[in-house]
Amino acid sequence: MREERSEMSENGDGDEGKDVRWSPDPGGTAPPKCRAAAGSPGGAAVPPPPFSDQVLENVLENVLCFLTSRGDRNAASLVCKSWYRAEAQTRLELFIGNCYAVSPARAIDRFRRVRSLVLKGKPRFADFNLVPMGWGARLSPWVAAMAPAYPWLERICLKRMTVTDADLALLACSFPSFRDLSLICCDGFTTIGLAAVAGNCRHLRSLDLIENDVEDDEDEVVDWVSNFPPGKTCLESLIFDCVGCAVNFDALLALVARSPFLRRLRVNEHISSDRLYQLMTRAPQLTHLGTGAFSSSVEVGDFEESLESAFHSSKSLICLSGFRDLAPEYLHTIYPVCTNLTSLNFSYAQITAEQLKPVITRCHNLQTFWVLDSLGDEGLQMVAATCKKLRELRVFPLDATEDSEGFVSDVGLAAISEGCHELRSILYFCQRMTNAAVVAMSKNCQELVVFRLCIMGRHRPDRLTGEPMDEGFGAIVKNCRKLTRLAVSGLLTDRAFAYIGLYGKLVRTLSVAFAGDGDLGLRYVLEGCPKLQKLEIRDSPFGDAGLLSGINHYYNMRFLWMSSCKLSLSGCKDLARQLPRIVVEVIRDNSEDDNSDAVGKLYLYRSLVGPRNDAPPFVKIL
Amino acid sequence: MSAETAKSSTESDVSGLDYEETELKLGLPGSSRIAGSELERKRGFSETVDLKLGGSESSDTRSSGAGKLPANKAQVVGWPPVRSFRKNALKSCTYVKVAVDGAPYLRKVDIEMYGGYQQLLNALKEMFSCFTIRKVGNSPNNNERRLVDPLNGTEYVPTYEDKDGDWMLVGDVPWK
Repeated sequence: MREERSEMSENGDGDEGKDVRWSPDPGGTAPPKCRAAAGSPGGAAVPPPPFSDQVLENVLENVLCFLTSRGDRNAASLVCKSWYRAEAQTRLELFIGNCYAVSPARAIDRFRRVRSLVLKGKPRFADFNLVPMGWGARLSPWVAAMAPAYPWLERICLKRMTVTDADLALLACSFPSFRDLSLICCDGFTTIGLAAVAGNCRHLRSLDLIENDVEDDEDEVVDWVSNFPPGKTCLESLIFDCVGCAVNFDALLALVARSPFLRRLRVNEHISSDRLYQLMTRAPQLTHLGTGAFSSSVEVGDFEESLESAFHSSKSLICLSGFRDLAPEYLHTIYPVCTNLTSLNFSYAQITAEQLKPVITRCHNLQTFWVLDSLGDEGLQMVAATCKKLRELRVFPLDATEDSEGFVSDVGLAAISEGCHELRSILYFCQRMTNAAVVAMSKNCQELVVFRLCIMGRHRPDRLTGEPMDEGFGAIVKNCRKLTRLAVSGLLTDRAFAYIGLYGKLVRTLSVAFAGDGDLGLRYVLEGCPKLQKLEIRDSPFGDAGLLSGINHYYNMRFLWMSSCKLSLSGCKDLARQLPRIVVEVIRDNSEDDNSDAVGKLYLYRSLVGPRNDAPPFVKIL
Repeated sequence: MSAETAKSSTESDVSGLDYEETELKLGLPGSSRIAGSELERKRGFSETVDLKLGGSESSDTRSSGAGKLPANKAQVVGWPPVRSFRKNALKSCTYVKVAVDGAPYLRKVDIEMYGGYQQLLNALKEMFSCFTIRKVGNSPNNNERRLVDPLNGTEYVPTYEDKDGDWMLVGDVPWK
């Protein structure tokens, strides 16, 4: 879990403004009020002296380099051509929220001095197998273009991109100052690519691999950890909890021992407790620790004492995760660090309220807590009683199926709302919910920015009143004035969407599944939410009329995803015709009939470069 | 999993018993590993001994699960919205403790490693090497296998304790 790097958090994107500013004329549409704007579209009759213009641009550049927020930068770039140029020269961090919104060539042409790149690929529903393999979002063209253009590139963050071993190898060899690599929910690479990065990036500071699909064939696993160069390293962060195969432990131990700046270490499940303490004793300065299995394959051993002692010595630990195969009898070893913990991730540990109690009651400073629903409403009540500073809570289902029992309910949610008034972000999976509990949360947790409630059984009403969940979600958008991200579920009618359109003035991301009555609901949202950037909808009865109601808004959005709704090919074609700068993709499942007019999956997004040329056969661009 | 002998079969093939006579319709919701309302059947001792974990072994391994899944709810792709990384990580709690009467210690077995009951039996035989799997019966077509202690000829019947604490005979429920 990353608190600082908010752009890449799994949670929300932390975007403040548009990424690539939508403007048909990149020179800026504002009339050149700035007197020194040479090269105004009309062309001045007498060319102004170049010297003063140059001075002004230099001054501008020196001022603009203090602007870090990309929203501010986008705004500055629109003032006039001079500002546009100055801003382009001074932008060091390039954020591209949709890799198909712009081409590598265009990005490189405008921004010449980029040091840090954030690039996002597939739509989020790809995480849930809704986007077929091979859809796109390949890193290759980007690395190929950047290698010659950005020699001083230091940092790359990728989310939902397909990254091959060759890409990683090219990356590792092309950027001599490269320091930070962060891959989140990516696929396509193996330990071969990791070895290339380890071996060639001499100044590597962080290698963060978060929830990637690292698919190695058993016999082709490479010992990438041994590939780090000998001698002291600059490593500050090494996160590899998603790597499926075991690493060379001796090499890892030696690496940790010679990495004096290491602050974050998150190991994979193959590291058992008897090995964990050895790593910890060589890195007592760690702030973030991913504990691996937290159990032992060795039947007998007194490493438990050593583990306890290691935690005692880890005075700087503030974030704990891992616990992939938690042996509850070892939990007591973490007690010494609990008071200092700001972040605790138990979401892979099947822990009961009883087992959690001695831990959570010590965690007074906890701000982020991820857990499985096995802790039950009772466990949540304990959290509410102790963790008064809680800002982010995620409760994941142990059994992620529709008919599962579900161990938490409205009771737990209400308890949290009563205890944790600082809550900013919640993700809650359950089977039973009431409007009353959601309303209570809306009133108690005024700081909420992210509210994601997933009632796993489809179309479930309020369990007490039998009514739709409209009023609950309505209260959330009405009372939580800072809300920017919302995910709805349960039985919902058009009324819920009316509320969202009426009150959700800051909502940027909205996720809808199995909800609504008809087109009106979609219209309410598209017409009512001026800040809407990302709208993802599945299995809801919205048709062409609803789709077309957003015609005035799609240029201001990053994307719209609609799957298993009631769209027709003719409707989508109509939309594509009316919006030339929107790329409208219809993604076909194998099972679908080619000639049918019904659209299974629609993905549309604004783009400066028109339809992409790497679309696979199952993608039709209208 | 031997594809060549895979066939969908009913429970009566597995046990060789006439189900109508012996069936106790005790529906235990959410039992064992099956996502659906599989009836858990408890047998008397005499039926236990007769259980043939034999040729219909492979038929237990239904590749698509089409035979036994209830038709009430179609599986929806990607719902609930939990990433497969997380689903797979939580699924890997498939280690099972195996105890044998008279053995001094228990063993742990990852049942995901095996494709069917026969493979599991073979693995158990490896672990508890005091047993052999012996062919029973005279017919050359008979593929029965049972765990047998070679010293005294006692047959060992694999059983397991299910979620509700009841002792069940291994082999009733389809492998999936």
